[in-house]
Amino acid sequence: MLSAKTTRRDFLKGTGILIVGFSLPTFLRTAHAQGATAPKTVALDEVDAFLAIDRSGRVTLYSGKVDLGTGVRTALTQIVAEELDVPMARVEVIEGDTALTPAQGPTWGSLSIQVGGVQIRQAAATARQALLQDAAKRLDVPAADLVVEQGTVRARSGGKQVTYGELIGGKNFSLKLDKNAPLKDPATYKLVGQSVPRYDIPPKMTGQFTYIHDFKVPGMLYGCVVRPSAIGASLQSVDESSVRGVPGLVKVVRQGNFLGVVAESEWGAMQAAQKLNASWSSWEGLPEQSKLWEYVRATKINKDDVTSNVGDAEQALAQAAKRVSATYNWAIHTHGSMGPSCAVAEFKDGKLTCWSASQATHNLRLQLAAMLSLPNTDVRVIYVDGSGCYGRNGHEDAAGDAALLARAVGRPVRVQWTRADEHGWDPKGPPTLMDLQAGLDASGNVVAWYSQLYIPEGGGGTGTVKLVAAELAGLPFDKGMYPGNIINNLAIPYSFPNVRTVAHRLAETPLRPSWIRAPGRMQNTFCNESFVDELAAATGADPLEFRLRYINDARGTELLKRLARLAQWQGRSSAKPASGEVATGRGVTYVKYELARTYVGVVADVEVNRKSGEVRVKHFAMVQDCGQIINPDGVRNQMEGSVIQTVSRTLKEELTFDRSRVTSLDWASYPILTFPEIPEIDIDLIDRPTEKPWGAGEPPAAVVPSAISNAVFDAVGVRLRSVPFTPAKVRAALGSA
Amino acid sequence: MAKTIPLHVNGKPTRVTVDDPDMPLLYALRDNLGLHGPRFGCGLGQCGTCTVHIDGQPVRSCITPLSAVGKKKIVTLEGLGSPEKLHPLQQAFITEQAAQCGYCISGMIMEAAAFLARTKNPTDAQIKQALAHNLCRCGTHLRILRAVKRASVSA
Repeated sequence: MLSAKTTRRDFLKGTGILIVGFSLPTFLRTAHAQGATAPKTVALDEVDAFLAIDRSGRVTLYSGKVDLGTGVRTALTQIVAEELDVPMARVEVIEGDTALTPAQGPTWGSLSIQVGGVQIRQAAATARQALLQDAAKRLDVPAADLVVEQGTVRARSGGKQVTYGELIGGKNFSLKLDKNAPLKDPATYKLVGQSVPRYDIPPKMTGQFTYIHDFKVPGMLYGCVVRPSAIGASLQSVDESSVRGVPGLVKVVRQGNFLGVVAESEWGAMQAAQKLNASWSSWEGLPEQSKLWEYVRATKINKDDVTSNVGDAEQALAQAAKRVSATYNWAIHTHGSMGPSCAVAEFKDGKLTCWSASQATHNLRLQLAAMLSLPNTDVRVIYVDGSGCYGRNGHEDAAGDAALLARAVGRPVRVQWTRADEHGWDPKGPPTLMDLQAGLDASGNVVAWYSQLYIPEGGGGTGTVKLVAAELAGLPFDKGMYPGNIINNLAIPYSFPNVRTVAHRLAETPLRPSWIRAPGRMQNTFCNESFVDELAAATGADPLEFRLRYINDARGTELLKRLARLAQWQGRSSAKPASGEVATGRGVTYVKYELARTYVGVVADVEVNRKSGEVRVKHFAMVQDCGQIINPDGVRNQMEGSVIQTVSRTLKEELTFDRSRVTSLDWASYPILTFPEIPEIDIDLIDRPTEKPWGAGEPPAAVVPSAISNAVFDAVGVRLRSVPFTPAKVRAALGSA
Repeated sequence: MAKTIPLHVNGKPTRVTVDDPDMPLLYALRDNLGLHGPRFGCGLGQCGTCTVHIDGQPVRSCITPLSAVGKKKIVTLEGLGSPEKLHPLQQAFITEQAAQCGYCISGMIMEAAAFLARTKNPTDAQIKQALAHNLCRCGTHLRILRAVKRASVSA
């Protein structure tokens, strides 16, 4: 298992990558081994792709999953330190560097621990096994009799010892990941399962942290983009004399409909972008917002994805004693990152290096290479922490912008989007529409469930999320990224005898579609769980009891029972609207995420003002079972954040647009939840240390909207079937009730 | 024409050379002085991520022209406390693990510091009101609230 290895420092030297000005400690302190020049492996089946140990015993973890503000940098360190039995302080983490870290998939879907962490754990277990075998030879002690403490191996009975640094320091493992390498017994865990404080928090509290927005390279210029006046408008002319007096202006860059400015200073670039006089053709290709749902219904269906089909739902519906039907919809949302997207790009010797807060650096690399017609090997993307993104926001597009501008001026360029760029041009959570029908027999049992979902098609077609720069400049684009799995959670966790759930995949959608926290799963859970509540009410059943009746899943049942205790749920048979201006109600929701992983249940308490139509969410009681928990406080932090962000989306958020462009370009026109509006949250975490770890961040978001709508029904007896639940919609629902 | 403007930042006199004296303070702090605390969020004074203190008052540096600052004393997150000597709010935010992406936090701490300086033993409702115009997208509000509450007791 010994061979030459490349160091990060050598690699950086060899490719001439600038590290000056990049103050993250990982870049400065990581120096192991010596000598070789071969590229570091990033192959997913190689231990060396994930781990390196230097002579001093310092461990470097190379993670393809990145910390988007979720705390996974700390959690992944816990996993590695635990499995190797080294102190956490001895582990460095390098994330999302396409030259150094394995392509573990984009940081999405609450999979950083569930998939990324499990791969990393197996790499660590494989490494540990090899180190122990090596130590057994050196110490002449059977491997089974060895123990490891703080990276030092010795016989259980004492005696001679050897450190990891002495065993492997500076050399490659040259080992394939061994699926059978023994994992530590969770009963012996010292780090996993503990609320270890996050590494990134202290520097974020003192201004020492380097976000992408702070990142600089020598010789760097500042770029701004000038977006078309309408999404599909063509650039007709640019009057460069309009910016002639702007100090420090380096260049106006025009390529097709892509227009940008580059200047010596950030303010200079902003001034130039603002002053640049350009004329655009008119374009009115967006549907009328007031007729959005008619537009969605009229859109051509390219294909149907049938996500579940049990019995014969249509026939059972036809024969049912009672039928219930409803239509739900969900507005277009924006990510709304607090820091507008930013990226830095630099060309050297025809090769591109791009620093980006992308959730998917490996994929961004392919997109940049495609756009620039470069071989993939000539593009390197390096992750630098950004403002929270919750999915595919504008980070990638800013990288594309920076790459085009840097190529045009031959110097490194930083692109900082404005607030209007971010709100206007990041890809959006697409409009979602669902028709639901159910049949009940004479005794009130559900005999049929039939749902039809209308969402954009994924894959290849209009669903592909292109780089804005590629699209505007008329350059090639990579077809790899699209919101494909937004059909998840359409199938239901209830054992009704006849079920059919179908997603109609639409040929078009008004704005570039993307994924925002719990994409599709949130919308689908909203529709399903609100409609289940309608069925419970139609049969006079307690909504929590009703769900339990149809769940054949021990963990699900346990979860709902714990939720009932936590929320002090008192059974009821239907809404009992009280009199008075402010009515209170509670609603329940349950999900088994993607029917394959994390269980979450929630009870929301709301107040509804009958006069103003205002809904206030006062309190949530939430229980989550995400299997093995790596860092309980990290999980709670994610859960709290998911709940509050989703309250915001449910009550307040709706993108606005005219026939030409997005019109909600700031926080006044796209308001989000503020401090006086936040609910309290009580959480009961079910830890199952011997089970697989599952995603923790997205699932609690998915259950929030229907818990609120069900609580509103409990309070005032009307169903809110259209997100956001604005006062106007509530008043309209009350008025027609 | 470049112009040199004296500023008083984090307890020290300094100078910045700029082309436009009406450039917002934020860019002088970030680009000329290399500070990371004040952050660009909207450029419209709507979100609070750029908040700094000017003579103790919380100010949105993204819409404050450099020319309007004069001799007033500017304090950023870096000047409030340091890794070696944390301000009680910085310590409380660490203790409460009150961040996700953390992008808004500098503004939250600066706004809260000015608020706590004028309000002793605030109620939760008062804290929420004081931070009503500081936005957080990750949903860290409950932790921020707990951190400010903790600091209000320890300060």
